[in-house]
Amino acid sequence: MANFNFELVSPESVLFSGMVDAVILPATEGEMTVLAGHAPTMTTLKTGFLVITDSPGNGKRILIRGGFADINPTGLTVLAERALPAEELTQEILDKEILHAQMVYDATNDPVAKHAAESAVVQLEDAKVALSY
Amino acid sequence: MPSLKDLRNRIASVKATQKITKAMQMVAAAKLRRAQTAAEAARPYAERMAVVLGNIASGVTMGPETPRLLAGTGSDRVHLLVVCTAERGLCGAFNSSIARLARDHANRLMADGKTVKMICVGKKGYDVLRRQFSEQIIDLIDLRSVRQLGFEQGDMIAQKVLALYDQGEFDVATLFYSRFRSVIAQIPTAQQIIPAQIEAQGVAADSVYDYEPDEGEILATLLPRNLTIQIFRALLENAASEQGARMSAMDNATRNAGEMIKKQTMTYNRSRQAMITKELIEIISGAEAL
Repeated sequence: MANFNFELVSPESVLFSGMVDAVILPATEGEMTVLAGHAPTMTTLKTGFLVITDSPGNGKRILIRGGFADINPTGLTVLAERALPAEELTQEILDKEILHAQMVYDATNDPVAKHAAESAVVQLEDAKVALSY
Repeated sequence: MPSLKDLRNRIASVKATQKITKAMQMVAAAKLRRAQTAAEAARPYAERMAVVLGNIASGVTMGPETPRLLAGTGSDRVHLLVVCTAERGLCGAFNSSIARLARDHANRLMADGKTVKMICVGKKGYDVLRRQFSEQIIDLIDLRSVRQLGFEQGDMIAQKVLALYDQGEFDVATLFYSRFRSVIAQIPTAQQIIPAQIEAQGVAADSVYDYEPDEGEILATLLPRNLTIQIFRALLENAASEQGARMSAMDNATRNAGEMIKKQTMTYNRSRQAMITKELIEIISGAEAL
């Protein structure tokens, strides 16, 4: 399988940089999988899990909150506003994130933002349930 | 001529001061390392952001639909200066050089008949600027309680600036901070953040991008984020510069204290010897007189 270059950058650090097989992005208009040779695309991201596959059957999940993906011929760059690798996730962090999303939901009247916050809450609660097993 | 006791006291006090400056220098060095790593870690994000924005902006033609953050309000009557300084002093010319740059800028603008508003981030700059610009300063952002600078602080400031912009409170915003070059060189910098200044990437303009959602919407979400990252980066650069400036200032202070101790000890020893000699002469001449 063809590889491509993937970089995950958050404001505080570079979280991932290297060759990967596939990346699943939580794009605002639905999840999308990026493989080598993807058409140049720019998309915004919502809260959700980003799944990196660096070799078949070997994946890594990272929770991201808001951000932006730039797919160009040289590779994929994800600028995440906040990124947390799945291994570092704990119930407390998730609770805090859920609270944040709920506060955003309560604070805004804009239907688009409200919908985004609502789906973020759902995503995070799913993650919390998955984590407790 | 000070007495021997005075000299002893003076030497002891300079020694105590030297110990403090030495300790401050050491603390600054440790903090500097941390601040520098943080500033370097933030660099890739800001750089990628600039590239991505450049890619999009080069494809956008200026029109009535262009976001105001990029196109501006069409006038440049009211200027907002965001002045980032430190919360603490004792760091050489760090605070005053940023404040001076901001003051010169403000004076120039006011001479041109423009209205100036200011937001001070950090208490030290506020202390200096409020003497002259107490009417222009509209807000003071205190970061003293913040231990580790995070993205949230940058975001908080950016939200304030954006809210003011949306209310039409100003037309152009400039950010003042100190760029970290090295431990001994920090460069006070003025950077225009609204309207955003983006270098168009000539090369990427011909590559055809798919946009999801469409171009305008992406640009609209990206521009405020870019503002946040610019401010966040300025804060980090400032933090590293502050520690660097403090480190070299305290190094100088320690060295000066050392020199002073040397000089004082010399005077002390001389006058002690003079006293002994004087007493000896007195005894001898007394004995001779018998």
